[in-house]
Amino acid sequence: MKALCWYGKEDVRVQAVPDPKILNPHDAIVRITTTAICGSDLHLYNGFIPGMEQGDILGHEFMGEVVEAGSEVKRLKTGDRVVVPFNISCGECFFCKSDLWSLCDNTNPNASLLQKLYGSSGGGLFGYSHLYGGYAGGQAEYARVPFADVGPMVIDNGIADEQVLFLSDIFPTGYMAAQNCNIQPGDVIAVWGCGPVGQFAIQSAYLLGAERVIAIDQVPERLRMARDCGKAETLSFTDGDVVEKLQAMTGGRGPDACIDAVGMEAHTGGIEEVYDRAKQALMLESDRPGVLRRAIMACRKGGTVSIPGVYGGLIDKVPMGAAFAKGLTFKMGQTHTPRYMRPLFEMVRKSEIDPSFVISHRFALDDAPKAYAIFNARQDGCTKVVLKP
Amino acid sequence: MQVIRHHIAVKNISEVERWTSLIGGGLLAASAFRRNSKKHGLMLMAAGELLRRGLTGYCYLYGALGFRTAPRGQGAPTTSLPYELGIRAEAAVTVDQPRETVYRFWRSLEKLPLFMKHLESVIETDATHSRWTSNGPAGKKMVWDAEIHNEIEKELIAWRSLAGADVDNAGSVTFKDAPGGRGTEIRVLLQYNPPGGVAGAYFAKLFGEEPSQQIEADLGRLKQYLETGEIATTEGQPKGPTKRELREREIQQRRAAQTEFSSVPSVGGGMR
Repeated sequence: MKALCWYGKEDVRVQAVPDPKILNPHDAIVRITTTAICGSDLHLYNGFIPGMEQGDILGHEFMGEVVEAGSEVKRLKTGDRVVVPFNISCGECFFCKSDLWSLCDNTNPNASLLQKLYGSSGGGLFGYSHLYGGYAGGQAEYARVPFADVGPMVIDNGIADEQVLFLSDIFPTGYMAAQNCNIQPGDVIAVWGCGPVGQFAIQSAYLLGAERVIAIDQVPERLRMARDCGKAETLSFTDGDVVEKLQAMTGGRGPDACIDAVGMEAHTGGIEEVYDRAKQALMLESDRPGVLRRAIMACRKGGTVSIPGVYGGLIDKVPMGAAFAKGLTFKMGQTHTPRYMRPLFEMVRKSEIDPSFVISHRFALDDAPKAYAIFNARQDGCTKVVLKP
Repeated sequence: MQVIRHHIAVKNISEVERWTSLIGGGLLAASAFRRNSKKHGLMLMAAGELLRRGLTGYCYLYGALGFRTAPRGQGAPTTSLPYELGIRAEAAVTVDQPRETVYRFWRSLEKLPLFMKHLESVIETDATHSRWTSNGPAGKKMVWDAEIHNEIEKELIAWRSLAGADVDNAGSVTFKDAPGGRGTEIRVLLQYNPPGGVAGAYFAKLFGEEPSQQIEADLGRLKQYLETGEIATTEGQPKGPTKRELREREIQQRRAAQTEFSSVPSVGGGMR
């Protein structure tokens, strides 16, 4: 089959690789009909995530048709159309049973690596480094899906791939980010990053009862999307001090909750970004926390900082004193995707939201390397790329 | 990984070797004093060390290599593993299964290789004795007989290797109810004298084969198996070729193309 493989910084190629096989009794093989490139794939593309090997197959947002099921697969059967969540969950451990699916104890074969790095390991992820299990991803013609009865959701025909594909990651991720804000009537929510997760966070915040949403980015097309599709007020990073502006826009209170939908590769500009890039280059800091710093400074007293953006390692000069003095709550982590797929699917089915609004580009799998380059450069108004194998 | 520190009172050299050491040290010192050459200082140091190990009966080099010429059991409780030797490792995991299930699974020793990656087989020879085969560092096969010398139903299994083991080892595994009905806490304590002693263990650590890490990973696989019925793996999944493999493939293709190319005219020539 054909698959998109990782080779290094800004080097991905479509290669012919062997077809996946059933390796464990709870596995299924899915023939992929639609897949996507995630903003977090760009962290791999830019070489910020350790534990990658040449030839690793990328991709964690995919859906398709079950073509083979292992001996212990009871719920799924050949021919089922499924959306596959980006995290792999066993369904049997303490965390899965507690509805904390991304923290699954049993799906990372390389758990001891992350245990050394983080103290303990979460579940395995598709196509997201050997630290997270080294599972082959879904930017391919076929994928092996472990614990196929637990994560994947069966979708009836009659609803387009593009409307349900994002149940695999970015829609639940944006939704969980908003839910983590514990939104109360009258709340103002600030969202940094108007990529796809940010866009879903904006819409979810309104769905969960926010009074106002203020979206912050510097790419004009993304700000326009936040305004037009998300009904958000927008602020550009390029016009002055965002924290001061947020204070002014919220009667001096600050936003009730701040969402960092940017993560480790923040572009803050100015001396701050130079400082963070220098420390990154010297391996003194692995992530650039420019957005996190601002979210903490802007947030109102007693408010919540919700972090769906990915962080991988160590950060520097984070105003912990401000967070403490203001009594902030931090909520973060990989999305517990299976928790959200069913309820969010119902919203799509009832036409309360059509997630396909984020798609800006469509490519054949063969053109995936070009798609990565365009997406990485935010060229041509690129917000979300969908690939057809 | 914890390296066991020895008390200096321990002796690891046999009586014969101690006397040889003392006599050798004395002769070396005498010859150093007589010679008065540039090597004088070095010889004196060597003589000093020989005399020291002769007098104390303890050799640091042997200690580091997990080696002794003194009869076993001296100054130690009679176990398979003299207390002053080896490496101690400890790891724990919580498995969401009743204590009885976990205990029974472990006690049927022959299933241990299912999750202990370095074990090849365990064969139970009687109720308390078993024969273990493992793949050591660099694929070297190691065999030992072990006995369970202490056992409390559903709580504790303690074992030690018997004389003639390729790796002397002793250890215990305890089973405890986790609080709040969260299953069973398994705790493994293992002490062993690795081939090459402490030095060998540090060497193995360089290649990621550190014992406590190994046990931790083994316990992780046990948990996976007991909770889900399978052990997570990616072995056998597809992967793209590496850059090096791509280059080699390209060279081969070019070569194949060249031979094809050079063979075409000859075929044509034959036609003519």
